[in-house]
Amino acid sequence: MSKFNFIKIFILALFLSSTNLVKAVEQNDPIKVNWSFKGLTGKFDRASLQRGFQVYKEVCSSCHSMQYLSYRNLGELGGPEFSEEEVKAIAASVEIEDGPDSQGEMFFRPGRPSDKFKSPYPNINASIAANGGAYPPDMSVLVKARPGGSNYIYSVLVGYEDPPSGMVLDDGVYYNKYMIGNKIKMSAPLTEGIVEYTDGTQPSVDQMAKDVTTFLSWAAEPELEERHRTGVKVIIYLILLTILVYLSMKKIWSRVDSEV
Amino acid sequence: MSDHEYKPKSKAGKWFNDRLPLLTLGAHLTDYPTPKNLNYWWTFGGILTFCLLTQIITGVVLAMHYVAHADLAFASVEHIMRDVNYGWLIRYIHSNGASMFFLAVYIHIFRSLFYGSYKSPREVIWIIGLLIYLLMMAAAFMGYVLPWGQMSFWGATVITNLFSAIPLVGESITTWLWGAYSVDNPTLNRFFSLHYLIPFLILGLVVLHIWALHVPGNNNPVGIDIKKPSKDTVPFHPYITIKDAFALLMFMIVFAGFVFFTPNVLGHSDNYIPANPLVTPAHIVPEWYLLPFYAILRSVPDKLGGVILMFGAIFILFVLPWLDTSKVRSAVFRPLYRQFYWIFVIDVLMLGYIGAMPAEGIYLVLARVGTIYYFLHFIVVLPVVGLLEKTEPIPMSISDPVLSSGAEPSLAKKDNVKI
Ligand code: HEC
Ligand code: HEM
Repeated sequence: MSKFNFIKIFILALFLSSTNLVKAVEQNDPIKVNWSFKGLTGKFDRASLQRGFQVYKEVCSSCHSMQYLSYRNLGELGGPEFSEEEVKAIAASVEIEDGPDSQGEMFFRPGRPSDKFKSPYPNINASIAANGGAYPPDMSVLVKARPGGSNYIYSVLVGYEDPPSGMVLDDGVYYNKYMIGNKIKMSAPLTEGIVEYTDGTQPSVDQMAKDVTTFLSWAAEPELEERHRTGVKVIIYLILLTILVYLSMKKIWSRVDSEV
Repeated sequence: MSDHEYKPKSKAGKWFNDRLPLLTLGAHLTDYPTPKNLNYWWTFGGILTFCLLTQIITGVVLAMHYVAHADLAFASVEHIMRDVNYGWLIRYIHSNGASMFFLAVYIHIFRSLFYGSYKSPREVIWIIGLLIYLLMMAAAFMGYVLPWGQMSFWGATVITNLFSAIPLVGESITTWLWGAYSVDNPTLNRFFSLHYLIPFLILGLVVLHIWALHVPGNNNPVGIDIKKPSKDTVPFHPYITIKDAFALLMFMIVFAGFVFFTPNVLGHSDNYIPANPLVTPAHIVPEWYLLPFYAILRSVPDKLGGVILMFGAIFILFVLPWLDTSKVRSAVFRPLYRQFYWIFVIDVLMLGYIGAMPAEGIYLVLARVGTIYYFLHFIVVLPVVGLLEKTEPIPMSISDPVLSSGAEPSLAKKDNVKI
């Protein structure tokens, strides 16, 4: 019977993994980065998250919204963990439309930590119109919305190159080695020194790309650290319980002349 | 059954049991004589019950926060993931739970195919099981639509469009299903309503499934009829309960591995892009557990033909007990069937793989070969093998090493011996 068991488990494993074989076509495999948040106990690099937020705020947020995040998330555990004052200051730096007030008028007020991130455009159509017909996708879950995840986002950011000879690109279209189809309607958003890091880190394109990708990965999975931590505990607990139940089972079944 | 004599010990118990014999039922369930040689493939029934309850409990909590509206559904799922306490955990258990549920049901079904559990006198158990499986597919399909991502929307579009292949009334039926002229808000609303309903229908069928099981009792790896209770059986509790618990815990470790460490591998990344009727994804693929049927659907050049074969692939399972002509249940004693069984397993896995690939070139050829073989297995292989095969010697009882002489299929049939 054991041979039968083995074959079956093997085939099922194969079957499950086959779903991962579904890859997009004509695309370079993204660069593999050794992210600190991968693996069973992976955690975000706090400093990188804070720098990444700075890149998002100073560069990307002029085109890309992040509508499912609130400013308060920036101070929560497992995220950039800005202090309460910092979060208040970040929120207060934007003007939020609120209302209607008792007179029925809409009005502007400084942002509060409970507000959602302010979007750069009033709606999707406005963002498309302002970006030459391309929609700059909302960044809340962008990392989860691309097959290659964090590696892919990072690769796109550093993947700008001159187009291969013979390839003609329309105005406002750029060649990117890693973008699906190799054509992207976003000009290279990062250039050496486009932000000045407050912690003194050298703002190279590669550094900024890593930082902002880390930030976007957290934005897509703010629960990641807690998930990893809980997961390790749950699995250890289950393994111990399994052993206990196994021993009880052996004991109980020893009363009959049959194997388990 | 051994529990005829059951008498509640307390006075209150007796009072209640005389009016509603729930305690008698409980005693029946704990004493239920079970073959002592059941292997771990038999633990998946309990695992499936766990899966169903898990989906119902997590689903009810999700439904407290989910908003079934085309403009709000995606945002409400993000709200669950970010703002609801342990919302991410509940949602990941629910979405991975669907996959685990199907993993378990496939093992359970292929167990039945190997050990001939669908044969007389268990045909009704088998048919109820298939009804559960059909409803599971409906529930999972509609559940996948609820987060209203790109795959939700386009999956719903592809599947509902299948009905338009029905001659004459197809278009009207599709419009009726949608409640609109395309997949839209009314579609999402009714899918949510049905997604909430179906699991409770499944629960009802599970009760019937187990009731029908408790009439003839469990089949077992040797596939022979056994006397109950006897030295071949053990009471369900504590023997089977502890064994099921052990297997369930191992299953839960795998389940937890997915939930906590790779919660999105079994899903499709496009479903994190909000539904957009104007942008069609490059490849529309259903969830992995529906892929073999998707491959069969696409292997036929004609839409109606594809739909008929796809549904036929499931409905042929309903008549399986009458297609298999062998009187011997367990494949352990059926050397020829055993080989065809594995070929069939490989065929289904191949179809599943192809279902995820673009329907062109070599994949199309393989899909056609695989589809034809799928039906040949039931229509030709099973009836013929049952008649030709010389089965191996079968033990007279589980505890008894004495073997009957290799049962000649013709002989077995004449005496109508059930082995
Ligand atoms: C000037 C506006 C603008 C700025 C600033 C900008 N983007 Fe974009 N971005 C776009 C547009 C437009 C698209 C859509 C491109 C397309 O679909 O071809 C896009 C697409 C993307 C994509 C998606 C690629 C894909 O697979 O679809 C990523 C990732 C991205 N931007 C990251 C960033 C990051 C990180 C920053 C900040 C460092 C940034 N962008 C800054 C306009 C911008
Ligand atoms: C047979 C049992 C069930 C199966 C197989 C099932 C399957 C699914 C699937 C595959 C999804 C999509 C998950 C995703 O990608 O997000 C889903 C979502 C959902 N289900 Fe179920 N489900 C079941 C039972 C239930 C029940 C009983 C309820 C409610 C009482 C429920 C409520 C929901 C809700 C509200 C969603 C949307 C939230 C979300 O997408 O996470 N489900 N279901």
